[in-house]
Amino acid sequence: MLKAVMRLFGHEEDKPSGRVAKDRLRVVLIHDRANISPEVINHIKDDIIKVISSYMDINQHDMEISLSDDENSVALLANIPVKRIRSQVMSSRNTDR
Amino acid sequence: MSEVIVITSGKGGVGKTTTTANLGVGLAKRGYKVVLIDTDTGLRNLDLLLGLENRIMYDLVDVATGKVPYRKALVRHKKHDNLFLLPTSQIRDKSAVDGDQLVDICNQMRSEFDYILIDCPAGIEQGFKTAVAAADYAIVVTMPEISAVRDADKIIGELNRADKTHIKLVVNRIRSHMVEAGDMLDMSDIDDILAIECIGQVPDDEMVVTSTNRGEPVISNKKSLAGQAYSNIVGRICGEQIPFLDLKKKNLFDKLKQMLHV
Repeated sequence: MLKAVMRLFGHEEDKPSGRVAKDRLRVVLIHDRANISPEVINHIKDDIIKVISSYMDINQHDMEISLSDDENSVALLANIPVKRIRSQVMSSRNTDR
Repeated sequence: MSEVIVITSGKGGVGKTTTTANLGVGLAKRGYKVVLIDTDTGLRNLDLLLGLENRIMYDLVDVATGKVPYRKALVRHKKHDNLFLLPTSQIRDKSAVDGDQLVDICNQMRSEFDYILIDCPAGIEQGFKTAVAAADYAIVVTMPEISAVRDADKIIGELNRADKTHIKLVVNRIRSHMVEAGDMLDMSDIDDILAIECIGQVPDDEMVVTSTNRGEPVISNKKSLAGQAYSNIVGRICGEQIPFLDLKKKNLFDKLKQMLHV
């Protein structure tokens, strides 16, 4: 009962554990069904870092990459915290053109 | 017409063997001639659940290797004389029987039995591959728990890879008070995730434990809600349309409402 009242007042962290289980299951099953090994995901992550790094300073430790379901398709989600944009790279590129 | 059904789950401890024993007794009670095959070689238990552990002479490995014909290894149930068990070996391991051998045994049995139920071991290794090889369709048993549903999803994938696309779901050990409190995955969650036809919703019931203690499957206990749920599954296997039980614990107010028909 108390839980229900707390929920009413917007305590998101108190969402029922059955709901949490469902949400966690959804994510884990996307990975299971896609049959991609963590190694491959790590390769993708390294490659993304390589590409992005020439344009931006990124926080590699806090970077997260995961698969997610988007309606009926699977999406690759990358959350990459940016520390700084390398302005000189951008301007040198512009002058190349 | 005979039907070969494998009862499988991936995860251990969700109630495969209990389900097999109960469906076997239920089908036999309806007058069908039924054989239950335990394929959990090395960890056999179906004999215990049926109270037949003292009557085993030969086993599945003896039949598979051609040592004895299958009829010699069958153990007849004490109460239901149209129910038989083909036990497996407790001393050999899963490599002792392969899929082709089980297909061959089932094909021999088809002319004699209406239903052949195969109790599959946990896991996705050789034991699973052997157990599913002969099946016309599969019943996947799961529980409203994150790990059991994940493993059920994996098993459904494995069954599809083995060209077993006729799959039905039984959700076992549902704790209705937890579902009501939002603290357990509910049926719509599991339907959403697994997306296969559900033919059973069985409540967690202490009578399952006590009946296992006695070697008498709970389906024979009319007071047990789990027993009723298993009876309903048997009806659905036979093609009847039966609504799912209301597993909610009735409180005084509900009972009063029921009495007053409001």
